Amino acid sequence: MEPIKTLDALACPLPRANVDTDQLIPARFMKEPRSVGYGQFLLHDLRHDEDGRPVEGFILNHPQAAQANTLVARRNFGAGSSREAAVYALVDYGFRCVIAPSFGDIFASNSVNNGLLPATVSEEDAETLLATLGEAPGSLHIDLEAQRISVGDLSIVFSIAPTWRTKLLNGWDDIDMTRQHAQAIQRFADGYSQQYPWFDVTVTAGKIISRG
Amino acid sequence: MTKPKTLFDKVWDAHEILCSESGQSLVWIDRHFVHEGSFHAFNKLRERELSVARADLTFGIADHYVPTLTRHLEDIGDAKVRGMIEQLAANTREHGITLFGLDDPRQGIVHVLGPEQGLTQPGLLMVCGDSHTSTHGAFGCIAFGIGASEVAHVLATQTLWQTRPKKMRLTVDGELAPGISAKDIALTWIARLGADGARGYAIEYAGSAIRGLSMEARLTLCNLSIEGGARCGMIAPDEITFEYLRERPFAPRGEQWDQALAYWQTLQSDPDARFDREETLAAAEIAPTVTWGVSPEEALPIDQCVPDPSRIEDAARARQARDSLDYMGLAPGQALTDVAIDRVFIGSCTNARLEDLRAAAEILRGRRSKVPGIVSPGSTQVKRQAEAEGLDVVFRQAGLEWRESGCSMCVGMNGDLVPPGERCASTTNRNFKGRQGPGARTHLMSPAMVAAAAVAGHLADVRELSGAA
Ligand code: SF4
Repeated sequence: MEPIKTLDALACPLPRANVDTDQLIPARFMKEPRSVGYGQFLLHDLRHDEDGRPVEGFILNHPQAAQANTLVARRNFGAGSSREAAVYALVDYGFRCVIAPSFGDIFASNSVNNGLLPATVSEEDAETLLATLGEAPGSLHIDLEAQRISVGDLSIVFSIAPTWRTKLLNGWDDIDMTRQHAQAIQRFADGYSQQYPWFDVTVTAGKIISRG
Repeated sequence: MTKPKTLFDKVWDAHEILCSESGQSLVWIDRHFVHEGSFHAFNKLRERELSVARADLTFGIADHYVPTLTRHLEDIGDAKVRGMIEQLAANTREHGITLFGLDDPRQGIVHVLGPEQGLTQPGLLMVCGDSHTSTHGAFGCIAFGIGASEVAHVLATQTLWQTRPKKMRLTVDGELAPGISAKDIALTWIARLGADGARGYAIEYAGSAIRGLSMEARLTLCNLSIEGGARCGMIAPDEITFEYLRERPFAPRGEQWDQALAYWQTLQSDPDARFDREETLAAAEIAPTVTWGVSPEEALPIDQCVPDPSRIEDAARARQARDSLDYMGLAPGQALTDVAIDRVFIGSCTNARLEDLRAAAEILRGRRSKVPGIVSPGSTQVKRQAEAEGLDVVFRQAGLEWRESGCSMCVGMNGDLVPPGERCASTTNRNFKGRQGPGARTHLMSPAMVAAAAVAGHLADVRELSGAA
């Protein structure tokens, strides 16, 4: 995963609350392999009308949106389903950071696992940023080390869990980290199945083998 | 003397392998469910040439994409949908994972199947790449949804990195009025605290009204924890839990049952355990509740009117309400009972267990639905039991379709969709824009309330039909 230290690029204002994962990527696109590129599905039904034409005035249809790497939204961003496809859609579109007053729990950890920074700001600061950006993508500077967003004279602090910050700064992957603890895991598992023998799965009913 | 502990901490501590300097815990996973959507995770394993660490603790379930009109793969017209089910079968076969597939008599929605088969037990730590995994917490286990990267991590290591959440106790004391269900408790607290109101917390549901709930109702309540933003929801196990589990196919037997039971009986918050937050609800104040907007927090008692944004002081809230009313095609201040519906759906992991179907059937018995609709039982076992009780006949005679089990119209992945612009009274868990299909309008409510809406042709108060008012 590519580490993030600072981001300097355009930010898209998305002045909406509760942008849930069903909006980020509608379920019907989730049968697609990742190789098709999920960016085309991002916020699909807000971006397009019933006939599939781009909705005029929607921020992702702005000519400069394709160069943006940050999204600014209102509270409860990414609530809902655990579908990581919502994060794939953002990342494949080119986003590296979402700024909002609160995030869906699973969405936020999915983000970090894909190198997308979920930056939490106060509701007030989110409103200030949205007002500063207005209706078009605008430049922001984001410093993950200092946990700061700056635009012109404005400087805003954001929060992120320390472990997530470390992961993003270093571009670390969990599986590598965990495998260093293989011995501790084995030791735990042995003691555990002695203490709670019934936790191991035994099928007491006739085993049915399903063909799918 | 040892420090008093919450139920959550007891279970968490039993699973903590180590805690990193930065405060993240590596926890052991007892049960891991995968479904059709888990293909990203299997692909990740393949890319990195990793194998599944504990196939014996992993279970595959076909639910999200399964058709509700057939149990035969070859009958599925959409090749991509069929491919999703085949891919799950191939991935589980390759790694030696038990599969509850389309043709399996035990097939069902993962969160209905787990408890039903006795795979869900007190004190476990369970995960699945589905946010409503919170359901299983009804047994006093820690259960939560994870994303595909985490699914891959669990497959490869049987462990997960997690930050210990804060603890919140939600106490509901008193007696629920007739006609009030677990769904109403959930929608009431979410409306009060907000769809992100419990973010960062593990909820323990407590109080006399909770103790009085059946196992199935507890599952409904814990299922909806995620809709209030909680990491998970749990209820301390008691006689109701143990009775439910006894003799289930995967439940411990004989001596192991006795051992397990002795342990399970210790799984409750100690009397002086400290919670980071306490919230209370009076059971008597809970009314039949329906959603009017596009977030589960936009819910109101059925005898109320939808909000008028011009009367909401907070500008952000007013804007949100206006946007929701616009999508839902409702007029400001309109009475909820004046909202006409186009169809109904009874199904999903939230409300498609036997008790749910009974509650809906009780209202529909001898009546006709004014609108079309689908009933999809939560599992194939539930379907069998319902048929044995003749509930299928009640639904059919009311004019509704009796289908096979699956996620169906909860998420529409299998093609069961609400057409654009249509309004559906639904027992599901999300009223998000487009959740049941592009442009679909969803009102969430309990199974009995959906049945009442079907009979009336508009949102309706079940108490007027059941004589409970
Ligand atoms: S029924 Fe709906 S909420 Fe439940 S597992 Fe299926 S898609 Fe998820």
